[in-house]
Amino acid sequence: MAQYSLTTPLSSEDTKKLKAGDTVLLNGTLFTARDAAHSRLVKLIEEGKELPFDIEGSVIYFVGPTPPKPGDPIGSAGPTTSYRMDSFSPTMLKNGSKGMIGKGKRSQEVKDACVEYDGIYFGATGGAGALLGKQITSAEVIAYPELGPEAVRKITVKDFPVTVINDTHGNDLYQMGREQYEVKD
Amino acid sequence: MREIEFDVVVKAVRDIIVHCGTDLPQDTYDALEEAMENEASPVSKEVIRQILENANIAKDEKRPLCQDTGLAVFFVKVGDEVKIKGGLLKDAINKGTEQGYTEAYLRASTCEPFSRANLKDTVGYNLPAIIHFDIVAGDKIDIEYAAKGGGSENVSRARVFPPAAGKDGIVEYVKEVISDAGGNPCPPITVGVGIGGTFEKAAISSKHALFRDIGSKNPDPEMDEMEQRILTEINKLGIGAMGMGGTKTALAVHIEANPCHIASLPVSVNVQCHSSRHTHITI
Repeated sequence: MAQYSLTTPLSSEDTKKLKAGDTVLLNGTLFTARDAAHSRLVKLIEEGKELPFDIEGSVIYFVGPTPPKPGDPIGSAGPTTSYRMDSFSPTMLKNGSKGMIGKGKRSQEVKDACVEYDGIYFGATGGAGALLGKQITSAEVIAYPELGPEAVRKITVKDFPVTVINDTHGNDLYQMGREQYEVKD
Repeated sequence: MREIEFDVVVKAVRDIIVHCGTDLPQDTYDALEEAMENEASPVSKEVIRQILENANIAKDEKRPLCQDTGLAVFFVKVGDEVKIKGGLLKDAINKGTEQGYTEAYLRASTCEPFSRANLKDTVGYNLPAIIHFDIVAGDKIDIEYAAKGGGSENVSRARVFPPAAGKDGIVEYVKEVISDAGGNPCPPITVGVGIGGTFEKAAISSKHALFRDIGSKNPDPEMDEMEQRILTEINKLGIGAMGMGGTKTALAVHIEANPCHIASLPVSVNVQCHSSRHTHITI
């Protein structure tokens, strides 16, 4: 299991070298979106309209942060459960997005889309919102402010720690890890 | 009759919400430390290390432990010799909840069920709180509180079995629920199991079981044995911390059992993530 440091936007060259289980420190810009925002973004794509950010090489973080304290760019910001984005993620990947950060298992369709479009599903530690929030150096709401915590934010991260769950080769860390430690009677 | 001022309750509730948002309870912290020591997988060990580091940062810098600051759930025992002066007890708990969530910069996570519109601007932060009342003898109010996150709630289930399912059926069911959940509820988890009563009694019991301190023993030796049996079975599943594979999927299993109808065996499984934010006060 290798360790990498990568800066967004990601290219196919970046994503193809990653293997399930690798740890990555991400730097650069991420875009935040949960279910409500995804539903609107995918609708824009389907209607051929412009997205509120450049999707090419983008990494989407599934998060709804707590409100920032005065002087902080953002509050606590750990990943939310990803399966709620399963119906939207293949469209995002097909249109140029290269990465997603969340927690929990993905559908076969999402795993297949990672293989087809050189996408990576990264896992961040759920419930480590204070630790992860500190790696975010700036945050700005760029779309759907009415969604509150679910608005789309452009955030800048420094050494944001993630683990590769689903890679571009069809591997799945959740499956591999569980098979290794499962005790069958 | 003992009179308790409305504002005394508001302040007490506000204080526990603020405290629980940033300070992981000691029982949970200790259980996670022990899990980290005994975890066989290096990947899961690192995840638990991050969880503990997160708890230290949250406590020192007064930052929310998790961005999912939960819905506020209360179990309240009201003494029959208590009178609230200046308002209703329910209103005081809701007011304290709103103040606590607002002042500690905790997330507003309550929404209208169909439009999914956040209710922050209409009824305040995270209202209404989920409150379970009981009336007991005495002149005190006993409040148990937990901030309950959505990820672990989403994998919880209930089912009414025929009585013949027995203990073996219950063990298999809990195992199945946790196996299907995988890493989604943020393991290492605590598992609350409510058995008996009616459909809703089992569900409420499974919730209340999660308020018990991790590491405490079930006073009923038969239930204690069953808790250990289910815990062993869950930890054989190999799910590990955040589902990355490992030997410490659950920190504890807590059972609350009730008498039930001769025709039924209701069972409810309520899951708690590793950020088990719970506390208890007496006014």
